[in-house]
Amino acid sequence: MSDPSHALVIEGLTKSFDRPVVKDLHLSVKGGEFYALLGPNGAGKTTILRMVAGLLQPEAGTISVFGVDTRKDPLAAKSIVAWVSDEPMVYDRLTPYEYLEFVAGLWRIDARQAQQRATELIEWLGLAPHARQRCGGFSKGMLQKVALAGALVHDPRLIILDEPLTGLDAGSARQVKQVLLDKVKQGVTVIMTTHILEVAERMAERIGVINHGRLVAEGTLAELRARVGRETTLEEIFLDLVAQKEMDTDPAVAAVA
Amino acid sequence: MSFAPASMPWFAAHEWRLMWRDGIAMMTGGHPTRRVALVVILVIAAALMHLMANAIVAPWVASGVIIDKPTLVLITGTGLLLWTVMLSQSLESVTRAYYSRSDLDLILSSPASSRQLFAVRTGITAVTTLLLACLLASPIVDVLIIHDGAHWLLAYPALAALSAIATALAVLITLGLFRVAGPKRTRLIAQIVAAIVGAGFVIGIQAVAILHFGNMSRFALFSDPEFIGWMPEIDSIVWAPARAALGDVTSLAVTVVLGASLLAGTITLASSSYGRHAIAAAGISAQRQTQQRGRVLFRPRSQKQQLRVKEWKLLARDPWLLSQTLMQVFYLVPPALYLWISYGQTAGTYVVVIPVVVMAVGQLSGGLSWLAISGEDAHDLVVTAPVSPQAVLQAKIEAVATVVLVMLTPIIVLMLFASYELAATTAVFAAISSGSATAIQLWFRVPMRRAMFRRRQVASRVSTIAEALSSIFWAGTAVLVAGDQDWIAVFPGTLAVVTLFVAWSLSPKGKQV
Repeated sequence: MSDPSHALVIEGLTKSFDRPVVKDLHLSVKGGEFYALLGPNGAGKTTILRMVAGLLQPEAGTISVFGVDTRKDPLAAKSIVAWVSDEPMVYDRLTPYEYLEFVAGLWRIDARQAQQRATELIEWLGLAPHARQRCGGFSKGMLQKVALAGALVHDPRLIILDEPLTGLDAGSARQVKQVLLDKVKQGVTVIMTTHILEVAERMAERIGVINHGRLVAEGTLAELRARVGRETTLEEIFLDLVAQKEMDTDPAVAAVA
Repeated sequence: MSFAPASMPWFAAHEWRLMWRDGIAMMTGGHPTRRVALVVILVIAAALMHLMANAIVAPWVASGVIIDKPTLVLITGTGLLLWTVMLSQSLESVTRAYYSRSDLDLILSSPASSRQLFAVRTGITAVTTLLLACLLASPIVDVLIIHDGAHWLLAYPALAALSAIATALAVLITLGLFRVAGPKRTRLIAQIVAAIVGAGFVIGIQAVAILHFGNMSRFALFSDPEFIGWMPEIDSIVWAPARAALGDVTSLAVTVVLGASLLAGTITLASSSYGRHAIAAAGISAQRQTQQRGRVLFRPRSQKQQLRVKEWKLLARDPWLLSQTLMQVFYLVPPALYLWISYGQTAGTYVVVIPVVVMAVGQLSGGLSWLAISGEDAHDLVVTAPVSPQAVLQAKIEAVATVVLVMLTPIIVLMLFASYELAATTAVFAAISSGSATAIQLWFRVPMRRAMFRRRQVASRVSTIAEALSSIFWAGTAVLVAGDQDWIAVFPGTLAVVTLFVAWSLSPKGKQV
């Protein structure tokens, strides 16, 4: 399927390392949607997102971003996607301005436009007092903000974030969340993995639950509640879904249950 | 470990285990199955080194080793060349003991004594320095034992004493720098001092040889009667290490006692301030360096230009780069000096310069290529950018090539004054050597943090050996071509190509950056 109205369409995605990590995954995210991908440790979330970002090659299946097949035309896909990992991809010996100039250059953004955007982003993210200091001595929160500014400086249509709030203080986390919500309001699609279920509950329009490399549930919070059959928190729903999957896959657990 | 926790033997066992595992990982490239191959390679390398040593030492021993002033001058001078390398190595290790964080934060935040840790780490520095000295000197010492007798065995404890002196001096220099220059500048200055000490003495001797005797041999000075005449008399204590190496037990005792007491005294003196200095050094990484003020101006650049400029900025700001490349750059000084002095002479003398230039350029290119190609701190960012992997690699290689070109050009220009032909030969083989080293780094690329530069051999020992061998073989080919020995040049040239082919066939092919 090559649907430009969908920000992301994944079909039959499969990837193994020493064991299968992603198994025949089908997933779609609409344009302008805030989508949260949840799952226990080792479920395959990061592997999925790294394949979407072009950091890993799938063994089977297709990925299309706004109708662009990431395997057939990787550069076109990359030009509209931004990837933010849990470990900020920042050079210790460049300043935030120098970093943003570099990123804008990689995405072929006009220098004048990039400069204006960088200045705005640096102000917006509260980095102005440190904009001319090398990133080497920055805290994790500041590095994450620099990385986020790098992701936004080329004005992507799809932002993929892997655990962006890990290690951030309350103030920085709030700022990052606000930036993402503002971007979604502007029509940008955001896909994020997180272990902070409260964040997913509050921010995401739709939530996908991954376990053992498969999508075990997907929908709005209300749809997920309906699925488990009671009015409860996302945490309870998540634990129910993951436990159910464990019982389905592990005969020993199923026998005990 | 059965030692009392946090005691000195406990720390020593802990450090030794880490070192052992690191060493094995470095040698085998993380593949335990390569241990057998490693042993075979080491045996062959040792045999070759002993054969080479035999070729140098056997004629000297055949004429009879007499303990006179010229012999003592020659042994002391040669030992001093080795000792400067030991001091350089110690200085770098000691600096790392203060600045490398890894487990230091854990240990300094624990109730364990930082004094004991320092004593252990300094002791290990002395041992590793001794191992380096043994690696370099053992072929010659072993050949001397075979040809001249077992009394040469005493050269090994003499080396141990020299390594203790080198380590003690390295600690004192580092402490002095902390006092004089402060923790912020100590690392940089220590690297420069290490490079100058490591290469400076060799270069100085060569410079004297070039200026005074008109040749590149370091040993010309040590056998000059005028120079020998200026040296202290035969019974001076200055010759104690040389006498020890020659088998004099009393001189050995003096040397060993001097080395051991100097090291023990230095450890006692420095260990009390180790924790304080290490914490001060830790504060450096948390300090933020501010760039120039003024209006920010983004320059319009292509993707490749952005990549190249980024590489140049990072190279210029790399705190460890200096110690890793300065020595290679220093080694270009004597050839340049030689060219300058020999200006207008027959082109034949220039043949001496060519291999040094070709080798230095190969080694420099290998180090810089690793930094640019494998040492990519924002690997994910570059891979997710809309730039083809080929364009990224091309830009990085161009960035490295430009730096190498800037270093090489003055030498080639100097050579042009004497002979277009030799200048062209040097330029061509330097380019080939540089290209070979870069290609090897390209085949063995593994994304790592730039801070891992010193430990890049961990990624692959094969690439390190191949890089060194190709530089040596291309240097040999260049000098033979320059000497119109084209048919013989085919031999080292073929070996260089075979080295590259073997490296390529052993590399993890098809890996994407």
